[in-house]
Amino acid sequence: MPQRDFELVKSDDPVAVPKRVALVSRDVSLKVDVEPEEMVMSVPHLVLREAIAFELLVAFLAFYSLLVDAPLEQMANPLKTPNPAKAPWYFLGLQELLHYFPPIVAGVLVPALVVIALIVIPYFDVNVRRPRLWERRDRRALLTFGSVVLGSLVILAIFGVWPVVITSFLLSLVMIACLLYPSETGWWGRVCKLSLPSWIMIWFVACTVVLTLIGVYFRGPGWSWVWPWQ
Amino acid sequence: MNDLSTNWNATPQAGVGRRLLTRLTGSGVWRSVFRHGWIRTNRDRALTIYSNVFLHIHPVKVRKSALPFRVTFCLGGLSLALFIVLTVTGILLMLYYHPSAPRAYEDMKDLEFVVSSGVFLRNLHRWSAHLMVITVFLHMLRVFFAGAYRPPREFNWVVGVMLLVLTLLLSFTGYLLPWDQLAYWAITVGTNMAGAVPWVGDEIRFLLLGGNTIGENTLIRFYVLHCVVLPLGIVVLMAVHFWRVRKDGGLARPL
Repeated sequence: MPQRDFELVKSDDPVAVPKRVALVSRDVSLKVDVEPEEMVMSVPHLVLREAIAFELLVAFLAFYSLLVDAPLEQMANPLKTPNPAKAPWYFLGLQELLHYFPPIVAGVLVPALVVIALIVIPYFDVNVRRPRLWERRDRRALLTFGSVVLGSLVILAIFGVWPVVITSFLLSLVMIACLLYPSETGWWGRVCKLSLPSWIMIWFVACTVVLTLIGVYFRGPGWSWVWPWQ
Repeated sequence: MNDLSTNWNATPQAGVGRRLLTRLTGSGVWRSVFRHGWIRTNRDRALTIYSNVFLHIHPVKVRKSALPFRVTFCLGGLSLALFIVLTVTGILLMLYYHPSAPRAYEDMKDLEFVVSSGVFLRNLHRWSAHLMVITVFLHMLRVFFAGAYRPPREFNWVVGVMLLVLTLLLSFTGYLLPWDQLAYWAITVGTNMAGAVPWVGDEIRFLLLGGNTIGENTLIRFYVLHCVVLPLGIVVLMAVHFWRVRKDGGLARPL
């Protein structure tokens, strides 16, 4: 046997062991499943599209700004509190939560948790793999799902956060429907293929939109419910 | 040097415009600026990208699959475009604005009744700001549902979340500057939420407002944050964001 001046290391880490040796047995052919993708020159294909998008945007902004004026009310007066006093529209979801929860929850805990939850998304394996929601169609998966949803709904109902309760309930019905009537094709098939992280994001966006719309259009003096046409 | 000038001058039927263009883009001054002639060959197309400091955030070639509108909806690009519009209109607005009460509000009235196209300028700035909050948020959703945050792009996703927060803060600090009732009470509600932070809430609120209630100190603080601190921060993070898009594997590609 000839003298070896190298050492074979078994590893899955390409950084630690950059030179790879692949052993291909006789019954397994080497299969390359990634084909080189078709490339085009950035000039003009990409840059021209960007220029067109920019010009359409500026044209839209110019027309909109000609037609709709930015609001300007009376001069700021610390002695005259408007009723209701509303935050900028993108914070009205939080202000709506302030109606149900103490300020430390709505003003500090929820926004901090949202930002942290967004930041850590790519560092969790489940978000990287993204298995479909009902990958395991067993009793345990259903029990976990049911208890988490029911528990959250009960807590939210105790605080009286009905907009979030109703939104969450409707979404969980759709999720259950994915289990009962699974499909692989059509738009329903695409819904059924959604992963748990996707569902959580959809739930977050739906609640944000609902709360913000309520804050913008349905809240009047004393944060009471009013209809937009009243 | 490519042979574009000899090529085009050789055709006798070339019009005046084309001959002028050929002369212009073949001249030494043009080439000192652009480093290449009129774009005719793939070499010129490549040179356009990598001899230009602004365009070289792009690679010379891109995947064809990343180009259709439905892949990205142009949301990241539109967010940058809105930031550029906001910078230009914001600088113009700064020429007419004094961050002091009640002068700030009087400046709004001057924009309305004295400055030519003043209302148009303010409208552009305000609607662009609102739209930017929406496009940045939608950009985040698009990236999420494409799964485009997967390794090796984890950190660029984090930078993106910081950019979203900075966009919200920019919009929020700008909200106070017109110094009308809408501005004053919206910022009151917003900063009261910051006051709910345990133990240090009141201190944070005092630091933001420069006092216990919103006043001239708040106006100058928000003005400096809005016009200097936050734009600088967002530009630095945008540079990192765009650079990392290239380094981490290019545009809109599911990994």
